[in-house]
Parts: sequence; C-alpha cells; structure tokens
Amino acid sequence: MLTITNLHAQVGETPILKGLSLHVAAGEVHAIMGPNGAGKSTLANVLGGKPGYEVTGGSVEFGGEDLLALEPHERAAKGLFLGFQYPVEIPGVSNVQFLREALNAQREARGEEPLSGGEFLKLAKDKAGLLKMDMEMLKRQVNVGFSGGEKKRAEMVQMGILDPAFAVLDETDSGLDIDALRIVGAGINAIMRAKENGGPDKAVLLITHYQRLLDVVKPDKVSILAGGRIVETGGPELALRLEAEGYDAVTA
Amino acid sequence: MSIATLPTRRDEAWRYADMDALARLGAGALDQWKEIALAPGEVRRHAMVVGSDSPELHRIRLTIGEGARAELFVTNAGGDYTRVEVEVRLARGAHFEFGGVTIGGAGVTREFVTQVVHGEPEATSNQTVRAVHWAGATGNFLGEIKVARHGQKSDAAQDFKGLLLEAVASANAVPQLEIFADDVKCAHGATVGALDEAARFYMMARGVDPATAQRLLVQAFIGDAFVALEDEGERERLLDAALAALEGARL
Repeated sequence: MLTITNLHAQVGETPILKGLSLHVAAGEVHAIMGPNGAGKSTLANVLGGKPGYEVTGGSVEFGGEDLLALEPHERAAKGLFLGFQYPVEIPGVSNVQFLREALNAQREARGEEPLSGGEFLKLAKDKAGLLKMDMEMLKRQVNVGFSGGEKKRAEMVQMGILDPAFAVLDETDSGLDIDALRIVGAGINAIMRAKENGGPDKAVLLITHYQRLLDVVKPDKVSILAGGRIVETGGPELALRLEAEGYDAVTA
Repeated sequence: MSIATLPTRRDEAWRYADMDALARLGAGALDQWKEIALAPGEVRRHAMVVGSDSPELHRIRLTIGEGARAELFVTNAGGDYTRVEVEVRLARGAHFEFGGVTIGGAGVTREFVTQVVHGEPEATSNQTVRAVHWAGATGNFLGEIKVARHGQKSDAAQDFKGLLLEAVASANAVPQLEIFADDVKCAHGATVGALDEAARFYMMARGVDPATAQRLLVQAFIGDAFVALEDEGERERLLDAALAALEGARL
C-alpha cells in the first residue's frame, strides 16, 4: 500500500531522513518507534506534504502513485490521513463546518456526491460516539479551548468521519490519560482495523514512544527509526524488547 | 457651489488617502455629509456594502441622543478608492457600535475614518475593524476618540486587525485618543499579520483545497467585525459581499 524507498529529507539545511526505506502492506498496523530526534515526526510531515520539509532524494509510492508529486489536499483525497502530534487551533471555524468542507472536498475530488447537512451530522454524531466525545464539542471552534487529550480524541473523530485508507498517526498517544488512551486505541481499531469497515484494505503507520498504545492497537509489525533510517523491523515482540531494554541495547 | 477645498496628506485624517482618486471625485463630494440624529432612547441599526468601480466617499454625522444606541456595519470592498467617514456625538449614556471590513486587492485604498466624541458622562462606544488585502492594496483605520472633561465614566474600545495575503499590500491603523476626563476606560489594539500557515496546512491535510482553506480562514478573521450584528440575514449579506471580493485573490 505504501512503499518508501531510500527517502532523504531535510528541514532548512539540516538533513533528517537519510535513506529511509519502509513497506506497509494493506491490512497492516505498522508501529514506528525510535529515540527523540530520530526523524519520526519528519517522516510523518513529509508523508503529509507539510511546507518546509524538503525531499532531496528517494521516492514514496502510495496505492501505485507517486505520493510526493501530490499537494497535501490531493493526498488526503487519495485516502491519506495525517494525525497531528500537535493539532492546530482554528479560531472562528467550527469543527462541523471544517469537517464537512473537508469531507465534501474529498468526495468531490473522487467524483462522489457531497453529503447534505443532515447526512453529515448523522455521520459526525456516529463517529463522535465511537470516541465518546460529546457532539456539543464538535459544534465548537476547531481545537480552541480543547485540552491536549481532547485534541487527540478530536483527531480520531476526524479520522472516523473522513474514513481514510491509510493513516499516519504521529504520537497520537501523547497527552492522553489511561482511560482516554483506551478509548483512542479502541477508536483506531474500530475505524482502521474492523473487517466490516474495510479493515483488510486499510493500513496504519503508528508513530509512538510507548508500549501502552500498542497493548490496545496490536501492531503487526514494529520498526525502529534511528538516525534517519529504519534500522530494524520485527513483530510486536520488538516493541516489548524496546520497552524492557531501551533503544541503545536493542539497536547496538 | 462647493465651499470645500481638497485636503492634503498633511491633514492627519487624510494621511493614507488616495489623493488622485479624491481629485477625480472632486471637492464637491466633501460637502456631502449625511446627517442622522437619534432621539433619546432610540435604537437604530444600519448595515451597508460600499464600493464600486469609481471612487466613493461616504461621510456620516451621527448625533446619538441620551440613552440611544446606534449600530453601523460596513463591508468596504470598493474597486476604486473608497472611504467611509463617521463623526459621532454621544449624549449621556448613549452607545455607538461599529463593525467594518475593508477587503480587496488591485492596488486600491479602502479606509474607515471615525471620530467619536464622548462629550457627556456614561456613554460607550465599540469599534471593530478587520482589513484583508493583497496585490498592492491598502486598508486603513483612522480612529479618533475624544473624551471631553464632562465625559466621566466613558467606556470606549477600538480593535483593529489586518491580514495581508501577500507582502505587497499594507494596512495602517491610527488610533488617536484624546482624554480630558479622569474616570474613563479607553482601550485600543492593533495587529497586522499574514495568514496562519499552520492552520492552512492542517486544513489541506484534511482534504480542503487551498482556495477553500483561505476562504474559511478569512471568513473567521473578518467575522469578528460583524459579531455584534444580530440580524442574521444582514450579517450574511455583509460577509458574503466581503468573501465575494476574495474570489481571484492570490493564494
């Protein structure tokens, strides 16, 4: 589904990704772990097409297309979702308005009919319920006045509404307490893994520091990102070894 | 016959005006004051969209009687120099509410010039102006607040924010406060900035195309100016007129 080959990227003059290669197959949840400064967030931002992140070499193929040739909104319409480590506040724009514009823009780009206001609200209510978020919060301005945990939960509600084929989740577990972590983890499972929701055709790249989210969203594969490259790929047991022994011991 | 002569840029109130456009308009236009008086206790609201392909000068003199309330909301989206001037005299306990948006490109100057005189006690005024410009255009807000010696317990506020969609545009804010009473509240704020790129990327990452993202962000930005406009239909008319001007703006 996603194939990254020898990717090099820099921010300003500083090279961050230095020959990163990774393959994520459909139906797979692939966890990326790694020490601070390894390039995890840079990888997420490059995949999302954030301005300021310059690709200097390599390629990214997504569903048979050159992902890097697409604008950020075109990537979203192709089914890519980027879960932000720090979701952005947008004063003056409500979640409902924002997400309806977003969903209908994606549908239009795919040649589908737009959802009416009523249809959209029904969908939003459904997905908010999945994440145990009050519908009233969706009527408020995008992320304004939300706590860190609420922002992350709102990200998952957005993911549920937009229903992507591929999600890159950048430290979605940071800022969550234990209950919220379970809810968010269960949300990821329901939206991206459940068979009745097309799970076998979807995939997730889950960037995290901690085992605790992986206890809920059981990854199929775990890769270690260090020094701008994937240095090791294994099964879920690799995450447990990291948790027990630390990055230095495992990557030595 | 006109008694007026054309001002110059040395006049503080005309400092950022488009003098060539004013000359095209002619000195006669300076005489055209619209005089409006509100009786004590009266409440009146007016919302308008100004601007066309020719220069426009709108001069309004508002006398607001004791305990009366005047609300004025304006979208200034002229295709040529467009200036709205308001002189306000507040009686005891009167209120003046102003919300204005200047929006546009094409090298045009659009401006609001207000003078609010708190000559009697306990009068209040609130002015919110938003300016969105690009392509060499200029948006100005010259706001003068005068609190006379008898204007105790006056409460006057002025808030200006400029949004420049590209570097070759400008916004000027000139707050002028003249206070001769000692027990008053006067607040003013002014900022000028660019579009929030983080917000724009966030929207695009969710599938919103760049033009729609810009429209949503501009809509949110100018919305402040019309928050106090309680007539929803009028609020939408002014917002739509402003957003229509945004079509064709540089991304």
